[in-house]
Amino acid sequence: MLEISHLRYDVTAEDGGALDILKDVSLTVETGKLVVITGPNGGGKTTLARAIMGLNQPTGGTIHWNGQDITNLSITERAKLGVSYGFQQPPRFKGLRVKDLLALAAGKPDLAPGEGCQYLTQVGLCADDYIDREVDASLSGGEVKRIEIATILARGAGLMIFDEPEAGIDLWSFAKLTETFERIHKQGNATLLIISHQERIIQLADEIVVVEKGEVAHHGPREEIFPRIMARTIPGCGYMKGGES
Amino acid sequence: MEQVDWKILREIADLEKTPQGAYNFRVNGALDSRQTTANIDIVSKQDKPGIDIIVKPGTKKESVHIPVVLSATGLTDVVYNDFYIGEGADVDIVAGCGIHNTGCETAQHDGIHVFHIGKNARVRYVERHYGEGPGTGENILNPRTEVYLEEGASITMEMTQIRGVDSTIRDTVVEVAAGGECIINEKLLTDGAQRAESNVEIILTGEDATGRVVSRSVAKGESVQVFRPCMTGKDKCFGHVQCDSIIMDTAKIKSIPAIDAQSVDAQLIHEAAIGKIAGDQILKLMTLGLTEEEAEEKILEGFLN
Repeated sequence: MLEISHLRYDVTAEDGGALDILKDVSLTVETGKLVVITGPNGGGKTTLARAIMGLNQPTGGTIHWNGQDITNLSITERAKLGVSYGFQQPPRFKGLRVKDLLALAAGKPDLAPGEGCQYLTQVGLCADDYIDREVDASLSGGEVKRIEIATILARGAGLMIFDEPEAGIDLWSFAKLTETFERIHKQGNATLLIISHQERIIQLADEIVVVEKGEVAHHGPREEIFPRIMARTIPGCGYMKGGES
Repeated sequence: MEQVDWKILREIADLEKTPQGAYNFRVNGALDSRQTTANIDIVSKQDKPGIDIIVKPGTKKESVHIPVVLSATGLTDVVYNDFYIGEGADVDIVAGCGIHNTGCETAQHDGIHVFHIGKNARVRYVERHYGEGPGTGENILNPRTEVYLEEGASITMEMTQIRGVDSTIRDTVVEVAAGGECIINEKLLTDGAQRAESNVEIILTGEDATGRVVSRSVAKGESVQVFRPCMTGKDKCFGHVQCDSIIMDTAKIKSIPAIDAQSVDAQLIHEAAIGKIAGDQILKLMTLGLTEEEAEEKILEGFLN
């Protein structure tokens, strides 16, 4: 179970004032659930996800994973406890090949080629074409993004956080990706936290969290939250006029 | 040969025992052992230290190992090796020098290699430089390599210096005739107060000659590196120079690539980049369970491999 309690993240703005990126976020995600975090750009979704992984150090509040307080643990320690995070904009590595990254992710220096290929197939990449390639500038944004997701699959961690996994990915790969999320969810071994704006992914969710202006605006079962999000996206709806739906 | 010499041979040539094919081991400035084959002859020079390596035309899939080991401190070893590769031959040449310096005096090896590569012959040349030892004496390697490629001939040179060489000045000059190809892959890591300088000059003299230099380096500590790769095109030809360096700590790297076109049909490109390890790369590997140090090591290992 992931328990986030009164999480705050402030930074100092250029004018010296305080910017509250996360104001007071409390959120509990039960083990084995698939939860989609959505909401407008700049609302704090990525900051929240990175704080769980330890990439941002919160200025207040706590994060517990499976009962353990991980708020002050390093990224490495969290990773070893089963927290994983797929970057929204993954870095490239000159000289590191796809199979090297997958082997590191799986924690198996001698990862069998078959196993590595299996992870690539799950994100819609033809394994033979990619397994020996360097994760450098020769790959497109969508390719790097899918390799990034494959590393999270290879980790097989208890908590998988994906940050806009659909970004830059073509339709066909996207279909494969949603299937993969669905399958992992059905197996029930992992808790999935997916930041997404895609209806197809939102439809997979047990619960939806809407993060807005650094706060959890809504959190509840998909059946309850989803119609409210849809209502807000209709042109001329209450949200566009500044009101709540 | 002593045990320490074998250890160094492993580092510079992956050798556990005497290799197949032709070889010439030079230890502490003198011949240790030699083997020739029906197609490859090795002859000591009469007028100066060094050897002539003569490969018969048409020799296929044979190799020559010519490692040099220095395990005595205070020794300066200068060697002149000339390679004559016959027309249409296809051979691997493994050179390299390892220094095990136990004393406080300088150990220095300056290898001067000249390759004459006949028409349509292919050579794969691997050279590794390595230094070690508990002594305070400097390990110095100043190699000079000259390559003359005849029509249609090609050479791939893998030149690596990863550890323990305090000072190096490397000069490489290659002339490529029509239809020939020269590929240089250079890898360099310096640390501490080490200094390394590499000057590479490729001259594409004939039609459809090709030259490529890919140089990757890492400078740590307060080490200093200077690269001066130059590609000259004198005919319809293609040349590409790429220097890529990772800078760390308080190191200094200077990269000065040059391209020199002397024909309207010469197509020459150079790229050079120096930068530190991106923070995101380290963070990404940490999210996979590596510590910061392990992440850095992996990134450098990948970069230099």
